[in-house]
Amino acid sequence: MAVVFEPTKGLTDKPFHYCPGCCHGIIHRLVAETLVANDALETAVGVASVGCTYNSYEYIACDMVQAAHGRAPAVATGIKRNLKDSFVFTYQGDGDLASIGTAEIVHAAARSENITVIFVNNAVYGMTSGQMAPTTLVGQVTTTSPWGRDPSYQGYPINVSEFLSNLAGAAYIERVCVTDFKNIQNAKRAIQKAFNVQKNKLGFSLVEVLSTCPTNWGKDPLVAMEWLKENMEKQYPLGCYKGADITFDADGKYVSGAIPATANNCVNVGEVKK
Amino acid sequence: MAQKRVLMKGNEVIAEAAIRAGCRNYFGYPITPQTEVMHYMAKKMVQVGGNFVQAESEVAAINMVYGAAAAGFRVMTSSSSPGISLKQEGISYIAGAELPAVVVNIVRAGPGLGGIQPAQGDYFQATKGGGHGDYRNIVIAPASVQELYELVVEAFNLADKYRMTCMIVGDGTLGQMMEPVAFRDEEPIVNVEKPWAACGRKGDSFHHTVTSIYIDPDVLEKKNLELQDKYKIVEANEVRYEAINMEDAEIVITAFATCSRICRNVIRQAAELGIKVGMIRPITLWPFPYKAISEAADMSSVKAFLDVELNAGQMIEDVRLGANGKKPVYFHGRLGGNLPMQKEILDKIVAIHEGKITEGGNF
Repeated sequence: MAVVFEPTKGLTDKPFHYCPGCCHGIIHRLVAETLVANDALETAVGVASVGCTYNSYEYIACDMVQAAHGRAPAVATGIKRNLKDSFVFTYQGDGDLASIGTAEIVHAAARSENITVIFVNNAVYGMTSGQMAPTTLVGQVTTTSPWGRDPSYQGYPINVSEFLSNLAGAAYIERVCVTDFKNIQNAKRAIQKAFNVQKNKLGFSLVEVLSTCPTNWGKDPLVAMEWLKENMEKQYPLGCYKGADITFDADGKYVSGAIPATANNCVNVGEVKK
Repeated sequence: MAQKRVLMKGNEVIAEAAIRAGCRNYFGYPITPQTEVMHYMAKKMVQVGGNFVQAESEVAAINMVYGAAAAGFRVMTSSSSPGISLKQEGISYIAGAELPAVVVNIVRAGPGLGGIQPAQGDYFQATKGGGHGDYRNIVIAPASVQELYELVVEAFNLADKYRMTCMIVGDGTLGQMMEPVAFRDEEPIVNVEKPWAACGRKGDSFHHTVTSIYIDPDVLEKKNLELQDKYKIVEANEVRYEAINMEDAEIVITAFATCSRICRNVIRQAAELGIKVGMIRPITLWPFPYKAISEAADMSSVKAFLDVELNAGQMIEDVRLGANGKKPVYFHGRLGGNLPMQKEILDKIVAIHEGKITEGGNF
């Protein structure tokens, strides 16, 4: 009988620990499918961060390194500078990337490190039970903004994609979501584009994926999806913020578009014995 | 055969030694008094085809170290005391993930921003943990530029062998001083297989994971016990110290690195006064040479120890553990970036010899 559907080989058999309705499962699968589609599973190295996705190193089937909170871009720098022809990516949440890890993400982008960042933004700290994140919306109730985020008291949300796109070192930055089939396909296209950017050594790429957190938002999964569309997308409009004009041919080879001069001009130091 | 000797600064020798040891990754952040390590690396590392990255912070630098080490490559970072404090998070992760790394601390006086003059106030931080959790670093304290060269090369071998941080602890004096150094034609590099490295599966049926998180307490306890077993092996095999003039010694000085250089001259001066002074100079601060101290304490000729440090008395706690109450342990220290004069130490020796001071510390 013909196989019409099978699990991607880019994910291990380990069951996800994520809550029902969480978008991490979808985003993991998109990353894993991209690795497989590009025949990169055997060579890629991913960097897991701290937060709900700390355990992503057990789910994604390529080699994985688990990093300290916020430090994934620095860890990826250390890896990529040595493995220049391997796909190196980080998988980070918004507490990790936009709060404790702001220095690392800004400077990885400024150096135009030839890495790809999958940035999952659900406007809240998930793992530690729903505290306010730098990305929490104005008025949003969390366990540490119990009366809603008040800008006069707790400041304003950080729009990561917008501010990183101002850096000369950033090659490609796009914000997507995975609320429905059309958007999932679009997110997959964006991750593939980021892969192509790195493969062509064009420099730093980041895909911001808006995600739900039904548990900490206190919402039914489907209601959470609608809340994301109605509220998060107002603060965080979808779209390409850098490198929209970069194009590739059918083989993924760079064709045209404005790109930064890549920072990674050191030569390979050879592979480790295995 | 050794090449002709060249006059070089300690900090530059650290960088040169690392490159000679096959290190092709340096990640750092500027801080006095170790800056020349970075300056040397900025040129030379690129010339030999390696990676030099001036990181945005010490925190980022140590995490770049973590990444390069996780991928299986020899890697070093260097800093000075306040910067080493910032690196402690990463050093703890490196210990948990069992990665080989070389970290150099050219110690300056603290606490806080402190000063930029030499000190040994980071002994506790280096030898007793520094970061969170139950872990150890191999801590090596060279006393000369020549020794700095040889021990930095050795540090890479030890880091690879035991998959742990090997920390070189110097001080502003050692980093800034120029001394002749004779480089070997070929370095004794021991290449080890790194089957655990996350550098791509490359046909393996499983994916390599480098991590320090173990949510299950039983699994984490087992992991910790494995680490402790490893540390016991290091303690059994890697203790290094120098014993100087210990035959018939009446008073035994304990001092490391720069401080031991000053004490070495005092031994001669005390002999002229008819006082037999020996010295035990720990080269590894961890593992500490407890046995050598204990055996000295058992010697009938030995009346007392005098511990001399550029701090308020840190290594003295390990000297006391080694002496175990068998002989009194006196202390002489200087703080704030000052070095003791030989006369200060000699006066203390005379006072101990004449029974004129009580055990313990003074300044």
